Amino acid sequence: MEKNDIICTGCPKGCRVTVEVENEEIVNIEGYECPTGKKYAIDEYKNPTRILPTTIRVKNGEFPLVPVKTAEPIPKALLIKAMNIIAKKEVKAPVKIGDVLIQDILNTGVNIVATRNIDKKAGV
Amino acid sequence: MKVYNMVVIGAGPAGIAAALEAKKNGIDDILVVERDEYIGGILPQCIHNGFGLEYFGQELTGPEYAFEFIKELKETDIEVLTETMVLDVDKNKVITALNRKDGVIRVKGKTIILAMGCRERTRENIKIPGDRPSGILSAGTAQRYTNIEGYMPGEKVVILGSGDIGLIMARRMKLEGADVKAVLEIMPFSSGLVRNKVQCLDDFDIPLKLQHTITRIEGKERLKRVQVAQVDKDFNVIKGSEEWVNCDTLLLSVGLIPENELTKAMDLKLHPVTGGTFVNENRETNIEGVYAAGNVLHVHDLVDWVSEEAEIAGEAAANYLNDNLTKRKTKIKISPDRNVTYTVPQKIEYEFGDKNFIKIFMRVTKPIENVKVNFKYKDENIVSFPKKIVMPGEMVTANLPTALIKDHMKEIKVSIVKKEGETNGKK
Amino acid sequence: MQIIIIGAGVIGAAIARELSRYDIDIKLLEKEPDVADGTSKANSGIIHAGYNADANTLKGTMNVKSNPTYDQLCEDLKVPFKRNGSLVVGFNDEDLKKLKVKKENGEKNGIEGLEILNREELFKKEPNINKKAQYALYAPSAGIISPYELTIGYADNAVRNGAEVLLNTEVEDLIIKEGKVTGVITNRGNYQADLVINSAGLYSDKVAKMAGDKFEITPRKGEYHLFDKVHGDLVNNTLFPMPTEKSKGILVLPTVHGNLLIGPNANIIDDKNDFSTTSDGLEKVFEGAKKLVPSVPEDGIITSFSGLRASLPSNDFHIGFSENKKALINLVGIQSPGLSSAPAIAEKITEMVNQYFKNNNMEIKLKDDFIENNPSYPHYHRYEENDEVEKWQNVVEKNEDYGEIICRCEHVSRGEIIDAIHRPVPARTIDAIKRRTRASSGRCQAGFCGPRILNILSNQLDIDPLEVTKKGRDSKILKAKSKELIIKDINEEDNVGDKNESI
Repeated sequence: MEKNDIICTGCPKGCRVTVEVENEEIVNIEGYECPTGKKYAIDEYKNPTRILPTTIRVKNGEFPLVPVKTAEPIPKALLIKAMNIIAKKEVKAPVKIGDVLIQDILNTGVNIVATRNIDKKAGV
Repeated sequence: MKVYNMVVIGAGPAGIAAALEAKKNGIDDILVVERDEYIGGILPQCIHNGFGLEYFGQELTGPEYAFEFIKELKETDIEVLTETMVLDVDKNKVITALNRKDGVIRVKGKTIILAMGCRERTRENIKIPGDRPSGILSAGTAQRYTNIEGYMPGEKVVILGSGDIGLIMARRMKLEGADVKAVLEIMPFSSGLVRNKVQCLDDFDIPLKLQHTITRIEGKERLKRVQVAQVDKDFNVIKGSEEWVNCDTLLLSVGLIPENELTKAMDLKLHPVTGGTFVNENRETNIEGVYAAGNVLHVHDLVDWVSEEAEIAGEAAANYLNDNLTKRKTKIKISPDRNVTYTVPQKIEYEFGDKNFIKIFMRVTKPIENVKVNFKYKDENIVSFPKKIVMPGEMVTANLPTALIKDHMKEIKVSIVKKEGETNGKK
Repeated sequence: MQIIIIGAGVIGAAIARELSRYDIDIKLLEKEPDVADGTSKANSGIIHAGYNADANTLKGTMNVKSNPTYDQLCEDLKVPFKRNGSLVVGFNDEDLKKLKVKKENGEKNGIEGLEILNREELFKKEPNINKKAQYALYAPSAGIISPYELTIGYADNAVRNGAEVLLNTEVEDLIIKEGKVTGVITNRGNYQADLVINSAGLYSDKVAKMAGDKFEITPRKGEYHLFDKVHGDLVNNTLFPMPTEKSKGILVLPTVHGNLLIGPNANIIDDKNDFSTTSDGLEKVFEGAKKLVPSVPEDGIITSFSGLRASLPSNDFHIGFSENKKALINLVGIQSPGLSSAPAIAEKITEMVNQYFKNNNMEIKLKDDFIENNPSYPHYHRYEENDEVEKWQNVVEKNEDYGEIICRCEHVSRGEIIDAIHRPVPARTIDAIKRRTRASSGRCQAGFCGPRILNILSNQLDIDPLEVTKKGRDSKILKAKSKELIIKDINEEDNVGDKNESI
């Protein structure tokens, strides 16, 4: 039997929930104090996902970077891989908030979108 | 001298929300002065998500949260001066500012909203001895370099302080290719949100060393290494626990200080705990028509509360200008009692009008589970609010119903105590 | 005629300036990226009255002679200076006796206005002083100055008058021909000279040794705390405790910029490059200061720093020609009151230089176009202090760079920072800008203005932001452009991958 400790982020209390697994089946969950904790632990065990907020380089922008995020959470295991793709990307100003800058990153079906307007640099 | 109905100092979340709220309440001739080249305050550099859950009911990043307000501001005729530094505000509500285009600007505000935010504590504030190399900077400055200026300030990073900014920057630096060695925290618990601890440190196997601090800094030119040591419960270094950690960068996330120096000439008394001014329920300072909101008043953990607080101030300023306010015969003091470090506001000075409740912000001294927030007049309980858990890092709020506040009450004490008959939670 | 001065501390810079009155080719060599980068940047910044040293020592005569010249000098060089007075504080009758001896000594040295204050007079001057204080020796002629600004002012003026300042230039050896120093070998080439002046401060013994002259400088470290301006009026005068054999003790004083300064302690160390602070030292400084002013605040420290004093066993300055080689003047052991003695030392050196050339049948002539003054660079904070903010409008109208405040704590504009970068001795680092403008010297310690100053330096010097340093050499502020670290990692991994495949 395999034990997975998961800290619930549902509230400031941060309950340590233990998910016991046998043959990839959850057989027991302990340590949660409310339904949120149980659900969180199951989701976090089965498929932990995260929003990835970062930046993309901008050519001729008023600022050299545009902040971006994954429009939806992506699998936690893909965060660093996603950064490797994002790092190579450069976009041209202007960029509008909500613009899709990278489509379907790592075949997740999730887009990378701008979270701020970046105008062209004055005089460019 | 040009006289405005309202001059707002600072176009961060507090300043913008206050201006918008005043506008919605029918006030014209509003000027917002901002020192940076863009508005939104610190939010545009806080590119992470986690904003807006309280205020908008959805999760946004910092720039997105700011954008919602900026968009609204741009649809109004509120005057905004960016790249303009306010250098002085006096008791007569005259503001001296400076910019490239206009030079020295002198304007008067019939009302003034102080929304200058806060600044970060420095290495010197916490007295770390050693060399003075480059590579030591506040987490916020590092955030600006990383997220706005387009540069990485370090490659091998140690972070002192596990508040949210420290945690967030640990992840940022890591994602941007730096080696984040550890986050050190002198307290036995992190003051950041659990979620940030999990998603910023655990996700990337960055160690959080509780009850640890830095005892020495070494590096003649660029930072070379820091001495990390364990502390006991009284924060004394445990001899023999010292070890050197090689790094080229030390980020400090060791607290925020409301930025009140600008108002020196106004002689506003500062609260010894919050570092902000004393205010009444309208967020009005002891000078009539001068309000403070946001981190200049007390340091918030959620921008959502900043917006809400600034709206209180903006609306109150509008009422003041429209002559819609009546002072109470006797003012009511709001005092922190058991387990409460401070409250904002510290007093109630006006008649309630159509207000159903007064929102009280407070902080708790230590983490406690299953508590009641009690409002008391002498021994008489006015009202109680149960809370599952309270933490020093998270602001506690409660709406005090105006119907329960009686004229004879001169002081209301606020305490946070464990619910009677309950042990330390279920197991 | 060519003269090389080694070391651009306050002494070297003062000498360069005085000699630049003459028709001489002067080179002022400094191993650091800025002038005033050693002992001259980190000391108490006091112009002493001069009652401590014996009249028959160099310390005694040079200090007393220099003190009255500071008002005019600072006006000429545009350096902030204030005669705030000093008080040596006594707590009992034993102390009173010592204070009387000091007063007599001072009067013998020719100092005017010295007074022994009783308790009442003392408290009138210093309401926050320790209640147990009984007496004080009051010296109205003592003053406070910014030691690095004085050095920069001297060096700027020397350059305006034709001297050359060579920064990042370290003397590795002297060129000696037939028993005479004829030049220096540096990391940046060799320079010829008819006369070499060694004012290398902490390293003056090392330079002297190149000519066979034996001195031993022992660095004595002194640590300080500088407080926020809100505490600047805690004291009015410079407060000294009763001195010990070794040092003047831990002082409490206002700085000329309106901060509060406490320190220094005194510790003999080995490493002349060790400017670190220690937890023990910083605590001692607090303890010491609290003896004089118990209400010295625990909070409000802007910065803590340490300086090294270049002390000789003789405990006096050594100023003289080399005993072994011709054409070399050594200035060794110029510690406190070196700053207070700089003008007279420079004058003395000028006499020695004149005499030397005369003796060697060479002649130097005073220039008739010597410029006594430095230009007055506009500083917003001075307009503010003088309540003349309205007049700053004229400054902004001429150049809008003065309308953009970069340092929010000290109110320093972009124009002032650009000036600093283009002064005769140019600021090339963040710290050099700080010393000339005060930008980043305030309570937020560059948190706000750091990135902005970095951009200005990069623009004005036309260098990559990655090349901008805090204090020269390897003290770069930034490590990489955004995403470069990730791409570097990817490439490294790819390379490893390729290799694996080829195996």
